[in-house]
Amino acid sequence: MRCQYDCRSTDHLLGRRRFLGGLASGVGAVAAAGGIGIGGAGLGGLLAANPAMADQMKGKQKRILNIFLHGGVSQLESWDPKPGTDTGGPFRAIPTSVPGIQICELLPHTAKQMHHLSIIRSLDTKNNDHGRGQEEMTTGHKRIPGTEYPHIGAIAAKTLTPNQFALPGHILIRGGGSGSNRSAYLGPKYASVVMNEGKPPQFTQRPESLTPEADLRRNRLRSTFNDRFAGRRRTADTDAYTFSFDQAQDLLSQRRVFELEREPEADRERYGTSEFGSHCLLARRLLEHDVPFVQINHSNYDTHHENFDFHIEQLGEFDQPFAMLLDDLHQRGLLDDTLVCVMSEFGRTPRINARYGRDHWGKSWSIVMGGCGIQRGGVIGSTNDNGTEVTDRVVDHGHVVHTMLQAVGVDSLSEFDISGRKFPVADPAKGPIGELLA
Amino acid sequence: MNDQPAADDAVEPTTSDAAKAPVIDPEQTRLLSEQAFERPLTACHWDPLDRFLFVGSEDNGIQRFAPATGEITQFVGPHDSWVRAIDTTPDGAETLSGGYDGRLVWWPTGAEKPEPIRVVDAHQGWIRALTVSPDGNRIATCGNDHFVRLWDRHSGELLNTFAGHQWHVYNVAFTPSGDALVSCDLRGFVNVWNPGGDAAKETSEAAAGEGADVAVGSVVGPLRELPQVETLYKYDNTFRADIGGARCIAFSSDGGRVALGGVTNVTNAFAGVGDTSVVLVDITTGEPSALFAPKDKIRGTAWGVTQHRDQFWVVLAGGGGGGWFYFWRDDEPNEFFKFKLKNDGRGMSVSPDATRIAVAHADRQLRIYALYADPTET
Repeated sequence: MRCQYDCRSTDHLLGRRRFLGGLASGVGAVAAAGGIGIGGAGLGGLLAANPAMADQMKGKQKRILNIFLHGGVSQLESWDPKPGTDTGGPFRAIPTSVPGIQICELLPHTAKQMHHLSIIRSLDTKNNDHGRGQEEMTTGHKRIPGTEYPHIGAIAAKTLTPNQFALPGHILIRGGGSGSNRSAYLGPKYASVVMNEGKPPQFTQRPESLTPEADLRRNRLRSTFNDRFAGRRRTADTDAYTFSFDQAQDLLSQRRVFELEREPEADRERYGTSEFGSHCLLARRLLEHDVPFVQINHSNYDTHHENFDFHIEQLGEFDQPFAMLLDDLHQRGLLDDTLVCVMSEFGRTPRINARYGRDHWGKSWSIVMGGCGIQRGGVIGSTNDNGTEVTDRVVDHGHVVHTMLQAVGVDSLSEFDISGRKFPVADPAKGPIGELLA
Repeated sequence: MNDQPAADDAVEPTTSDAAKAPVIDPEQTRLLSEQAFERPLTACHWDPLDRFLFVGSEDNGIQRFAPATGEITQFVGPHDSWVRAIDTTPDGAETLSGGYDGRLVWWPTGAEKPEPIRVVDAHQGWIRALTVSPDGNRIATCGNDHFVRLWDRHSGELLNTFAGHQWHVYNVAFTPSGDALVSCDLRGFVNVWNPGGDAAKETSEAAAGEGADVAVGSVVGPLRELPQVETLYKYDNTFRADIGGARCIAFSSDGGRVALGGVTNVTNAFAGVGDTSVVLVDITTGEPSALFAPKDKIRGTAWGVTQHRDQFWVVLAGGGGGGWFYFWRDDEPNEFFKFKLKNDGRGMSVSPDATRIAVAHADRQLRIYALYADPTET
């Protein structure tokens, strides 16, 4: 496909500048922005120790942290407990830092941070399928066969990434797996860079056998050939390749940002040894470096069997690091510019099956949002006494994605212009949950 | 729960339909009666005097069912979570309930209007099992705080906190002589404890009581740590979660071996795809001496096990393959007979005269099964 746009577009020029700048300038740029650890303290430590600097950081960059609880966390064991009812299960409800709001006793640490969050208890997404649920919750669109929509991370990367930003705009941290969050018509530039098992992205370390000088010479040669080719036969595909090379160079220069071991030992101990704990600390590090969109996948909550035992285990792993991350973002002055969302593909059946399990349930379930642009300490909607029906303020994935985008200042009702074609930023049939926006 | 059959001199059964002591024949197993409750059942326990059956259900209390009259009495009040652990003192005077709220409650077994005799915050988190010692003087509990605790039945005093497990403790049982306690945790680690309190290892009180709202008492380590029963545990890499543990426990009549029942060969923890399994472990050497597996690959978990006084074992299984009784002799790897239940069983208790088995079912029914032929059909 022939390229439809001017070769001198900002993105393209930026890519060339990045490439020509090479490795040294990349490191320098991030250091200048406070991106690299200073005196071993790291940016976060510096901000925590210097409230004035933390204040300055406010308003500079909006970010989204999306925590995806894979498999479908039970709303009854998390955000909408119904103790004492036929569907309530064995767990009790506990008070939170917000008077009048109770959550499940499996989340005692999160309960203390509830003033940073609001609960949406009235999701009816009319879906019980994992794949469809993941797609719809993270794109805000109803799945239509043959149509692909961009993940909210891709939208955030496109709309929130500042010029001359050397890091990826969309990072997915997960325990394992394959594939990445889709960018669809926004282009591969906005697909997620994946940190499997929290490790730095693949191929971001120069092989030991290749000296920096040899690497530079090699890239200059590639650039020469690339420019000559692009001068006459530039296409969207060649641009994507060019971007990939540029991004790889950037990642090489920014590898330190992805290295968790650079965080202070005390913080690593505080976040614990669990995979999710280290992923939360990694997310904090990335958000401190202004990465616009970070998603942590926590697996797994698909508890058809022994739902209660498994929720003790999984939410036991989730609760403390998540609460710590929220508090750290707040203490460091980052929460006001970081939208935090905890979502799943759906909830779980109020009915408890014969094996103490709960099955898939999209009819009446919950998520939480907090931080940037969100009215905190509230509850949107409600369910009936045993959680089988939404009784007030039905919302779905479309409303959720609009709300997330508007919370960080993106006009979700506008359109992308992709090569002359208009694509709505979010589902035009839906809108934000207005009363949840600050 | 220590689900040992009572001695032969137990009182005459009130619900047996045999005029004389019936001939036990597992292959004649049949449904004798069923009683519906309001919520799905989680546990059942036969009082040793054969007057009552106690059930736990998906609510906050226990209920007493008198099979002879059909009367149901609610025991409610102190618990604010489910109860899955119930046992009665051998004299039948007191019944104990252990809840997922961590509370241990003493009840007057036969009271017309039962009020709690005593309530103790026994564990942080769930009490998963409790058992009364054979002499009736002590009560052992275990739970999600990784501890086994021993209580004075008469005063409610905490006698010992046994520390050594690093995972949720799923079950605990006294040996028939009462001179040792055995517990098994989520990962299949088995510890032997001395109820007298002496330990091979001393454990610091601070370690056992850290963060606890409950009393600690004297803290002792295990008498013996047996090898992990690896077949009863798996970390499911797909779902990133642990599955395993002894969902049921019972001693052999000679007291030398403990039967640990659960699930093995798990291929999908979150769908419960695995095979029913019982392992007999020598409590001196820790060696598994026998392993039970159903002949047919029927998905399930062992939720109850006991050695009948006629020496065969009864295993209650429930799961994707439905509810089953498996009758098994420990010199053979598979059952000699199996019996399909109407619904998944979640707990079982053998009648004091060992002629019947009560099962707490997920479909709200308490069903009583006879282990002998119907006398009207002979």
